[in-house]
Amino acid sequence: MSYATGLRCRKCGQEYPLQPIKVCDFCLSPLEVNYDYKAMAGVLSRRKISKGPFTMWRYRDLLPVESKGEIDIGTGFTPLLKADNLGHELGLDELYIKNDCLNPTYSFKDRAVSVAVTKAREFGFDTLACASTGNLAASVAAHAAKANMKAYVFVPANVEPGKLVGVAIYKPNLVTVDGSYDDVNRLCAELAQRYNWGFININLRPYYAEGSKTLGFEVAEQLGWRSPDCVVAPAASGLLFTRIWKGLQELSTLKLIGPVNTHMYLTQASGSSPIVHAFEAGSLHVHPVTPKTIVTSIAIGNPADGYHALMVARQSGGGASSATDEEAIEGMKLLAQTEGIFAEAAGGVVIAGLKKLAAAGAIKKDQLTVAFITGAGPRTQEIVSDVVHTFHVQPNLESFNEVLGVQV
Amino acid sequence: MAKRQVMFTFPRKLIQEPIIYELSHKFEVMTNIRRADVTEDRGWVVLELEGEDKEIDAGVAWVKEKGVRVDPIVGDIVEG
Repeated sequence: MSYATGLRCRKCGQEYPLQPIKVCDFCLSPLEVNYDYKAMAGVLSRRKISKGPFTMWRYRDLLPVESKGEIDIGTGFTPLLKADNLGHELGLDELYIKNDCLNPTYSFKDRAVSVAVTKAREFGFDTLACASTGNLAASVAAHAAKANMKAYVFVPANVEPGKLVGVAIYKPNLVTVDGSYDDVNRLCAELAQRYNWGFININLRPYYAEGSKTLGFEVAEQLGWRSPDCVVAPAASGLLFTRIWKGLQELSTLKLIGPVNTHMYLTQASGSSPIVHAFEAGSLHVHPVTPKTIVTSIAIGNPADGYHALMVARQSGGGASSATDEEAIEGMKLLAQTEGIFAEAAGGVVIAGLKKLAAAGAIKKDQLTVAFITGAGPRTQEIVSDVVHTFHVQPNLESFNEVLGVQV
Repeated sequence: MAKRQVMFTFPRKLIQEPIIYELSHKFEVMTNIRRADVTEDRGWVVLELEGEDKEIDAGVAWVKEKGVRVDPIVGDIVEG
């Protein structure tokens, strides 16, 4: 059973039942799932969690799903690795990498989508939909296939076909729209009003959001039931960042970990960094920007959870930093060449941000720091194609020795 | 009749222009403000637009042409 009690507007406090509702009717702000933590505390324990499956669903009591038959393609409980080599490079002795590249469709989106699709089936939807070309689309299409549900993925018509293979393989209905991403999202908003479909980031958004809490849960459990001193994570809409924080706070509320004193640092690409701008300007409002960056997976110009992410960064005594496209690429290479992890560009942004924060002394040498790598590199490997350097030899030992200077 | 939920972001030079008033008078669009914050150098307004689709489209196009940024409330503009 679920301990979710309803939806609540974070801005004005209006409450709603657990239905597929997109935003608050009064102030049009995002909604959040509320829980009966008292009841939860009576049944949840570290022991109970540890007996669960080695997936994100070991934390099902903390998620807003009723049914036992979750739609799971094997997501979560990804490695938390001590990054000694990278730490040495950056002057950090207690650096860990949470490697969410290893989810089934290669990004953290699988966590959110698994919850959203499970909930969609509970609500009686037989069709899922989303607007995306990358990580979200692949995850939705994969989960729809597993759930035996129809899926519609909407993309602008000018997207290169090669980018869609990783989505098309799961056989969703791929709809190309003549227009920009703005036009695609507007069409989706209109379709969500017309059709009884589960739109992952529209009418299922409050439930989708909860899946990302499992990143916070897992890190705390993997660290031996404690929260890290510092977190460095990427921010697009701000949802992931706020949910890592919420996950840690919930564990503390339930006395599964001690008080949370984690400093939360968010990182964005310079070409799409509205939350960083607001943080640096000391503003309480996140003003939209027009994204212009190669880090497409976190290029959201008007982040729906921007304000809340800003508050988490401020209230936790953390911060915000941005990375140029060049710095992001260097970050990808550094992570691969020190820890053997090929992350997408958003991961490069995290490493670049981590490097700046360490150099500035914001993150101290002995602070236990977790950097969240949220997606794998191969999907957009063309941005680092310059790494390919070959040694050309003739098919004999002498040529090999001559070219590589290795004695045979 | 359709409803569309949007956020208008005004640059400094348009703060004193009665854009929302003009929108509802030039076009058959009802405007319903839900949240707003307007200072002397920047402003944003979250509102619901109600009317026929083509009137809302025309109205939004006019607002954008005036230099106001218009973002939908629902969904995230996501490329990746």
